[in-house]
Amino acid sequence: MIQVNNLSKTYNGTTVLKIDYLEIKKGESLGLVGNNGAGKTTFFSLLLDLIQPSTGNIINNEVQVNTSENWKPFTASFLDESFLIGYLTPEEYFYFIGDLRGQNKADVDALLAKHEEFFNGEILKNKKYLRDLSKGNQKKVGIIATLIGNPEVIILDEPFANLDPTTVNRLKKVIKELSENPNITILVSSHDLQHTVEVCDRIVALNKGELVKDIKTSEETLQELETFFAV
Amino acid sequence: MFKRFIYLEWKAFTRSASFATNLALKILMGFVAIYFILVFLALGVGAFYFLRKMNLDPIVTVNKFMIYYILMDLIIRFMLQKIPVMNIRPLLIFPIKKSTIVHFSLGKTILSFFNLLHGFFLLPFSIVLIVEGYDVVSVLLWFTAMFSLVYINNFLNVILSNKDNLFAISVGFFAVLGGLHYYGFFNITDYTAPFFDAIFNSYWAFAIPVFVLIALYYFTFQYFKNDLYLDAGLNSKLDIAKTEELTWLNQFGTIGTFLKNDIKLIKRNKRSKTTVGLSVMFLFYGFLFFTNGIEAYNNPVMHIFAGIFVSGGFLITFGQFVPSWDSAYYQLMMTQNIPYKGYLSSKWWLMVIATIVTTIIASFYLYFGLQVYLTIIVGAIYNIGVNSHLVLLGGAYTKTPIDLSSGKGAFGDKKAFNIKTMLISIPQLVLPVLLYWVGSTLVNANVGLVLVASVGVLGFALKDRAFTLIEKIYKSEKYATIAAYKQKG
Repeated sequence: MIQVNNLSKTYNGTTVLKIDYLEIKKGESLGLVGNNGAGKTTFFSLLLDLIQPSTGNIINNEVQVNTSENWKPFTASFLDESFLIGYLTPEEYFYFIGDLRGQNKADVDALLAKHEEFFNGEILKNKKYLRDLSKGNQKKVGIIATLIGNPEVIILDEPFANLDPTTVNRLKKVIKELSENPNITILVSSHDLQHTVEVCDRIVALNKGELVKDIKTSEETLQELETFFAV
Repeated sequence: MFKRFIYLEWKAFTRSASFATNLALKILMGFVAIYFILVFLALGVGAFYFLRKMNLDPIVTVNKFMIYYILMDLIIRFMLQKIPVMNIRPLLIFPIKKSTIVHFSLGKTILSFFNLLHGFFLLPFSIVLIVEGYDVVSVLLWFTAMFSLVYINNFLNVILSNKDNLFAISVGFFAVLGGLHYYGFFNITDYTAPFFDAIFNSYWAFAIPVFVLIALYYFTFQYFKNDLYLDAGLNSKLDIAKTEELTWLNQFGTIGTFLKNDIKLIKRNKRSKTTVGLSVMFLFYGFLFFTNGIEAYNNPVMHIFAGIFVSGGFLITFGQFVPSWDSAYYQLMMTQNIPYKGYLSSKWWLMVIATIVTTIIASFYLYFGLQVYLTIIVGAIYNIGVNSHLVLLGGAYTKTPIDLSSGKGAFGDKKAFNIKTMLISIPQLVLPVLLYWVGSTLVNANVGLVLVASVGVLGFALKDRAFTLIEKIYKSEKYATIAAYKQKG
C-alpha cells in the first residue's frame, strides 16, 4: 500500500530522516516508535506532502505523493491541533470534513453515534468552539474526524498523548477494530511502547532519523523494545 | 525586580516576529515612524501660527476642539492598543508580589506609543505658547492636565479591554456628536470648552484631571490585583458556541461548503470582525471626496478613486489575506481533498456579494448627484471584474499567518509587506484612474466611466483564466506557505 524509496530529509546539512526502503502492506497496522527527534512527525509530514523530501519518494497506493494529489481522497490524518478549525463547534467541524469527503450529514451522524462512547459526553452539543476545548477533547475530535468517509489509509501522530486513561483504552479498542479491517492501513506513532505494541501488528522503531527496528508484534516484542530503549 | 521585567520586555521586543524582518523593511518602518513624528511635530508647531493666521485665538480654539481630540484618541485606543495583562501568566507562580506584577503591567502601558505620540503635538505646542509670551505656569499646568487626560484614556482602555462592541459604540457616539455639531443642533464644545479654558486660565482646575487620573490608576490597580487569577482577570472569555448548519448554502455544492465556513470565520473571530468594521469605514471614505471637504480631492479623476474604495472596502481588506485567513489550519486543508477552484470561488463570491451589498448601501451618495453614484457603481464593476482577481493573486504571495483572535494587525500587517503583492496592487487603483482620465480628457466623463466599466466586464470574462493562474501559484508555493504559517506570532 505504502512504499518508501530512498527517502531522506535534510535541514541545513543535518539529516533528520533517512529511510532507504520501507513497505507497508494493505491492511497492516504499523506502530512508529522512537524518542523525541527520531523523525516520526517528519515521516508523517512527508507522507502527507506537507514538506518536500530531500531525496527519494513515497508511493501511497500507486500514487507518488509529492507529484500527484490523488492520494488525498483515500488518506485521512490527524497530526496535531493545527488540523482543527478553532472557530467551529465539533459538529460543524465533522460536517465540514464530511462535505469535503463526500459524506452527507446522515453518514456523519451515523459515525458520530457509533463513537458516542469515545466522546464520553464531552464533545457533542457542548456549546463550545474547538478552540475552547481541552487538549484531550480536541484530540478526540481530530481522531474521530479521520474516520469520516471510509479512508483506506489512516495516519495518527501521537494519538495517545493527552488522553485520559479511559479514553486511551477506548481508543485502543477503536484502533484494533480498524486494524481488523483488511482494507484499512493504519499508521500510529507513539512514545508509549506498551500502547503501540497492544494495537499494532508491526512495529518500526526510529532513532535519530534512521530505521533501527522492524518487527512483527509478538509476545516478546514489548520486552525487546524496552531493552532497546532502556537507559 | 523591575530590572528583570525590563530585561524580559526587551527580549520580547527584539525577538518578536515583526521585528525580525529584513533590514530593508526595518528601514522602511523607521521612515514611516519618522514621518508620523514629523507630522505631529509640524502640527504642534504649526497649529499655533496657522490658527492665529485665521484670526482665531489658538489656545481657545484648541481647547474648543480638545474634546474631539480626546474622544478620537480613545476610539483609536479601543481599536488598536493592546493590553499587556495577558503576558503575565507565567509570572504568577514565581515569588513575586502581586502588586509588583500589576504595577509593572500598568506601568508598561505608560510607555506605549499611543501615549508618547501625543507628546509630539502637546510639547511643541506648549513650547510655542511659552515662546509667544503666554504665562509659563498656565501653559505648564495646561500641559500637565492634557497629558493626564491622555493617560486617563490609557487606563480607561486598560480597564474596559474586555468589553465587547466598545469600539462600535464609541464610534457611533462620536459620529452622533460630530453630526449634531456640524448641523448645528447641539454643540458639545459649548459645554466642554469652558472646562478646558478653566484649566488654562485658573491655577486649580488642572487638578481635576490629575486627581481623576490618580484615582483611576488606583482603581485599575485594585481591579487587576484582585482579579489576578487564571479563572478571573486572566481568563480569556469563552464564547457560548451555537452550531449553525446554514443548510441553505448546500445547494451551491463545494462552494457552499467553503462559504459556510467563511461566514463562520468572519462571524466568530475578532480579527475578521475588525476587518469588516474597517470596510464599513471605507464606505464613508467617499465623503472626503464628494463634499468638497478637501480641495485636492475634488476633481473627477479622484472621484473614480473614491468609487473604487467606497464599494471595495471589504474586497481590499479581506481579499488581500486569502489564504492567510485559513493559516491556522492550513495543514488540514492541504491534506484534504480540496478543489482549489471551489476554495477560491467561495472567497470570490464572498467578496462579490460584499461589494454588491456595499454598493447598494452606498446609494446614499445619490444625495451628491447621479454622477457620483454612477462613479461608485462603475467602481464596483471594476472591483468585481478586476480587483477581486488581483487581490486573490496578491494574497497567494502573502505568507503572513493571521492570528484570528487578535484584532490588531487588521490595519496593515508589517510582515504582509512584500514587493510582489505591492506590484500586483498597483493596477487595483492606478489603472481605473488612468482609464478614466484618458476617457474623460479625450471625450467626456461618461466615456471615461464606460471605459473603466468595460475593463471590469472584460476581467469578469477572464475569471477562469485568473483562477487557473492563482491555483498554479498556490501549488508552487505550497511548502513555503505551510512552513510560513507554522511560525506563530
